[in-house]
Amino acid sequence: MQSNKLSILEHRQVSVRYWHMVVSAQGLTEQIRPGQFFNILCGNRALPFLRRPFSIYRINREEETIEFLYLVQGAGTREMTNMKVGESIDLLGPFGIGFTLDEQWETVLLLARGVGIATLAALAQEAVAQGKQCIAILSARSRNDLLAADTLQGLGVDVLKVTEEDGNSDVTQVEELIMDILDKRKIDAGFTCGSKRLSRLMQKVSINNGFPAQVALEEHMACAMGACFACVCDIREGDAIKSVRICTEGPVFDLSKVVMA
Amino acid sequence: MNMRSRNLEVKIGNLALANPIMPASGAFGVEMNQAMDFNRLGALVPKSITKYPRGGNPTPRVCEVTSGMINSIGIQSKGIDYYIKEAIPEYAQYPVPLISSISGDTVEEFVEMCQIIGNHPDVDAIELNISCPNLEHDGKAFGMDPDISYDLIKRAKQVTDVPLIAKLTPNVRSIQEIAIACENAGADALTVANTFLAMAIDIHTMKPKIGNIMGGISGPAVKPMIVRMIYQVYQSVDIPIIGCGGVMNPEDAIEMMVAGATAVQVGTASFINPNSMIEIIEGIEAYMIDKEIDDINELIGRFHADGTPNLCV
Ligand SMILES: Cc1cc2nc3c(=O)[nH]c(=O)nc-3n(C[C@H](O)[C@H](O)[C@H](O)COP(=O)(O)OP(=O)(O)OC[C@H]3O[C@@H](n4cnc5c(N)ncnc54)[C@H](O)[C@@H]3O)c2cc1C
Ligand SMILES: Cc1cc2nc3c(=O)[nH]c(=O)nc-3n(C[C@H](O)[C@H](O)[C@H](O)COP(=O)(O)O)c2cc1C
Repeated sequence: MQSNKLSILEHRQVSVRYWHMVVSAQGLTEQIRPGQFFNILCGNRALPFLRRPFSIYRINREEETIEFLYLVQGAGTREMTNMKVGESIDLLGPFGIGFTLDEQWETVLLLARGVGIATLAALAQEAVAQGKQCIAILSARSRNDLLAADTLQGLGVDVLKVTEEDGNSDVTQVEELIMDILDKRKIDAGFTCGSKRLSRLMQKVSINNGFPAQVALEEHMACAMGACFACVCDIREGDAIKSVRICTEGPVFDLSKVVMA
Repeated sequence: MNMRSRNLEVKIGNLALANPIMPASGAFGVEMNQAMDFNRLGALVPKSITKYPRGGNPTPRVCEVTSGMINSIGIQSKGIDYYIKEAIPEYAQYPVPLISSISGDTVEEFVEMCQIIGNHPDVDAIELNISCPNLEHDGKAFGMDPDISYDLIKRAKQVTDVPLIAKLTPNVRSIQEIAIACENAGADALTVANTFLAMAIDIHTMKPKIGNIMGGISGPAVKPMIVRMIYQVYQSVDIPIIGCGGVMNPEDAIEMMVAGATAVQVGTASFINPNSMIEIIEGIEAYMIDKEIDDINELIGRFHADGTPNLCV
């Protein structure tokens, strides 16, 4: 972890609700893993007061940049949209434990919803770079919110889109979609982020079909570095249930161990 | 430039601190050593511990409000055995006094914990978090009742020789009344104060923004109320006061000292800038140079006004 003031290279609105930011991250990119996050200062004032956590959407090791894809939701993200190219942004991080990609795995299945797409995009990039087959089911409210779809397709990811707009994003429909994939292909591991319902589904499917799965969890945070115990979740360990910090022991967990509330 | 050395040392009971700045309990942990140099702090104050392991409250445990945050963590703790085995050795690596914060469910539990922690060679002082709920009195905080506060501190004093600091709750009719009870019982210092009981509601979902419904507010929103309480307590007792609540920068810390605080704790500010405490220490030194103050103790209680306030403000 370190405190970084990084220079903003690109920053633009990419859809009605989403913005994309590229920052210069010289000397930083080697240490960052997909699934890790930064705690960003969106404004130094009364409101937004706390920092906001964002996963790394893309790690570009050649250009030494990192990218964020964020949904404009409230005071913090609204304030972020005012940041200009050339200005610097204050980030703490990288924090947390990222995803694990086993060398043995040939085909991985990604199941992402909403802002969870941003979190899994960095993983897809890494999986493709390691020569793995990558299938991604992207779920969102509207087609307009499926922004990373083209980028992922461009990387060679098999992208399947479901939205409320198209009426095909129900959990049962997504389950059928996954069963379809499992009929045709051998999945070595699953990854999910962005929805409790879809995480529960991935938990069930991965356990029933005997493949490991990982989830990146979100929770309201204050320090994001393990001191304040705000962002906890329950993890099953043998017969015991343990409360752990999402910012430090996570945000990525073995999905089979997560107690889904 | 004037190269005279300036004294930043202050004393809490018989405990000397190299400077008056220390973390507020619950807003500090070993993890923060990546962001600041612990060696430069006046003292280390880890999160309150309980006798037995405890899970804490439902999430969300924090929410943001204008100029502050509300938290209801619920004193998640791994218990005293873990603390002695794992936490104390971590903090003992630093040549800085360790002030252990403890929380009990009953007076008896506070006393038992003081006996154990207060006789540990690496613990230099104890902060009694008497703002936590007393399970023998319907969960009303110990620090809301002067008699219970007196009893608790009197008994704790008998089992340890390290300085005992009572951390007061601001959620009382008269903080002076509690402060006097603690002083009479033998408290060596008072932390003024813990968080103010608060609440926030999401008007879209109609739900509380905190899993526990209510929580404690901290951050700059509370600072003027804390300054007022430090001033009131300073008028009422002779033991040192540790100011706590909303300190974001050196000016805030100096203001608390001028109001009557001997030392100052910093909590929420570290979440936004994890190096705040170091910057505050440097800022205090710069202020002393600027104002030609040789000894920081000259600042304590330096506040003066013409006349006394009309209580009907
Ligand atoms: C590890 C992690 C990674 C994340 N990655 C991304 C990402 O890549 N892209 C993206 O768009 N969003 C991401 N989020 C969610 C993002 O942090 C929130 O959308 C953001 O904090 C909202 O702030 P706001 O001021 O706009 O909204 P408000 O609703 O006004 O925020 C109010 C408060 O609630 C907190 N909060 C609100 N929603 C969330 C949430 N989902 N998770 C945590 N805290 C929240 C805020 O931090 C703030 O303290 C991530 C969250 C976590 C925990
Ligand atoms: C997340 C969080 C956890 C806290 N936990 C404790 C605690 O365990 N024990 C305690 O005495 N005070 C606790 N506090 C209160 C702080 O020590 C301090 O009194 C309060 O936050 C006001 O100071 P600040 O405005 O500088 O944060 C906690 C505060 C926060 C924000």
